[in-house]
Amino acid sequence: MAVVRADSEAPIIEVRGLENRFGDQIVHQDLNLDVRRGEIIGVVGGSGTGKSVLMRSIIGLQTPAAGTIEVLGENMVGRSEDEAKNIRRRWGILFQNGALFSTLTVAENVEVPLREYFPKFGSQLMDEIASYKISMSGLPAEAGNKYPSELSGGMRKRAGLARALALDPELLFLDEPTAGLDPIGAQAFDQLILSLQKKLELTVFLITHDLDSLYAICDRVAVLADRRVIAVDTIDRLLQMDHPWIQEYFNGPRGRAAAAA
Amino acid sequence: MAATLASPDRLGGNIFSPAGALTIVRAGSVARELENTPDPLTIDLSRVERMDTVGAWLVHRSVRDRGARVTGASPELQELLRQVAQADHPAPVRPEGERGAVAELGAWTIESGRTLVGLLGFFGATLIGFLNLARHPKRFRYNAVVQRFDVVGVRALGIIGLMSFLIGIVIGQQGAVQLQQFGAEVYTINLIGRITVRELGPLMTAIMVAGRSGSAFAAQIGTMKITEEVDAMRTIGVSPVEALVIPRLIASVVMMPLLAFWAMLLSLVGGGLFCWISLEIPPLTYVQRLAEVVPATDLWVGLIKAPVFGFIIALAGCFQGMLVANDAEQVGLKTTAAVVQSIFLVIILDAVFAIFFSSIGWI
Ligand SMILES: Nc1ncnc2c1ncn2[C@@H]1O[C@H](COP(=O)(O)OP(=O)(O)OP(=O)(O)O)[C@@H](O)[C@H]1O
Ligand SMILES: [Mg+2]
Repeated sequence: MAVVRADSEAPIIEVRGLENRFGDQIVHQDLNLDVRRGEIIGVVGGSGTGKSVLMRSIIGLQTPAAGTIEVLGENMVGRSEDEAKNIRRRWGILFQNGALFSTLTVAENVEVPLREYFPKFGSQLMDEIASYKISMSGLPAEAGNKYPSELSGGMRKRAGLARALALDPELLFLDEPTAGLDPIGAQAFDQLILSLQKKLELTVFLITHDLDSLYAICDRVAVLADRRVIAVDTIDRLLQMDHPWIQEYFNGPRGRAAAAA
Repeated sequence: MAATLASPDRLGGNIFSPAGALTIVRAGSVARELENTPDPLTIDLSRVERMDTVGAWLVHRSVRDRGARVTGASPELQELLRQVAQADHPAPVRPEGERGAVAELGAWTIESGRTLVGLLGFFGATLIGFLNLARHPKRFRYNAVVQRFDVVGVRALGIIGLMSFLIGIVIGQQGAVQLQQFGAEVYTINLIGRITVRELGPLMTAIMVAGRSGSAFAAQIGTMKITEEVDAMRTIGVSPVEALVIPRLIASVVMMPLLAFWAMLLSLVGGGLFCWISLEIPPLTYVQRLAEVVPATDLWVGLIKAPVFGFIIALAGCFQGMLVANDAEQVGLKTTAAVVQSIFLVIILDAVFAIFFSSIGWI
């Protein structure tokens, strides 16, 4: 365990000069971001600043107008589906709205990536893996054979996490995982991510509005504003900067409450 | 990645000693090797460099089921094993059991009955909607209705016209082949005129509209149900019946007779073209003869049926759309159901109309 890799200095995600636009609206322009191996990086920014679009570009769902993106050392822009398969096995993604397959039960949802990449596992092992992933994500076992439409919003988030963790990924993308969770659940969620990250050498790309999560688990925080990443650093250092949005964000009443906690 | 060793130890047990990475990539083969190592089993983790939760699960499972002993685990590995053990709550995977054939038949019968009753209830709800609109005419959505006119009517002109034109030719050709045997090919005009105006015009148009618009109604409303748009409307105080159902009903009731008339016309043109080219009956004679043999009541029969068909199609489409709940698959199922149901009802009604019109003497 805890093998230090020779390439630990090379970033696991490298975004250079990214530009994204929808018609006339420019969402990103000349955006740069490095994510280091093994860190939990928080991504913050006002609603509509393009956090979800940034994530979609990194995972190859959105073709950027310009710029290069490398994930796990491989170029992501303009790749064919087949080429990208190897990388897809090494990451897990939790979408903002869960994006569970509505015609499958929760456990079957978790088994989808397993069946796709490891079809030779027996169905018993498959069911066992799905069961412990479900339980690890904080869902009761009975939720296993429920359909997504029968779950609450928070339970859907957890089911999405269970699916994202199905392949024990190296890289985890989480789009607002704690939004819509009760505070106790959100804290447990944070702890779960933290402990998994420690044990599995996980790198986590965490989009969140939850200041408590930021303080509790993020190694560094990237701030999205003015179409770019204006700063990436530890919260302590971000607090020293005098950008108005950063000040308001971390030094507002909620920010101070979270800092005190 | 070094080879895995399974060797007997001094106490007569077996030591399973994987090396390198014990991760999901190797889980299949490791599981098999563990199975093939007989009890009593000792798992030696001292040579493992990397382990993920799947690897930990395989170890945990052997400890749980076979009482295997684990040695040489570093604190991190122990922690991971503990975490996996904590999460060991078997969860049911597949939905609740399948039903037997008889139960399936029973469920289907009940479901069909419910659907029919539901359709009647929905019919009632739309009538109430119409009454409410009559009392508050300001709430009527002109824009929505006009937009539906365009989608249901104007955009269907091309395909319905082409279909009818071809049907006219086919009827003429098939009729002529048979009637020529009696030297009565001039009666082909009777055949074309009466069958297209009275029956095929409205019926084929209804089938086309059911496939084009009825299905679209079900899919649109069904998708809106899934995304909770319909619920949002209700809570804001907008009645889904007024906003979604009534514009579609009106559009389909108004457009069906127009489309049916258009279909009749193009069928006659197609048939006329065939008569002209193949039977050498000049267009003028064709038109004169049509006027003699096709009674005005035929046209009325066609044009009275059409709006009723339109109503049924829109009603079934919207009703099935409203029935969608839960998941995306339902949208597909209900869209299919809408088309099947509306065509089925249209054909039954057509038979009822046939009996009705002949009994009032419009033969
Ligand atoms: N498919 C799309 N078509 C057009 N515009 C889009 C599309 N997706 C996103 N946008 C626009 O891009 C901008 C960024 O959207 P994005 O979803 O990334 O915001 P976000 O930072 O994730 O916000 P939130 O915190 O609310 O989730 C928004 O202004 C949005 O309108
Ligand atoms: Mg977002």
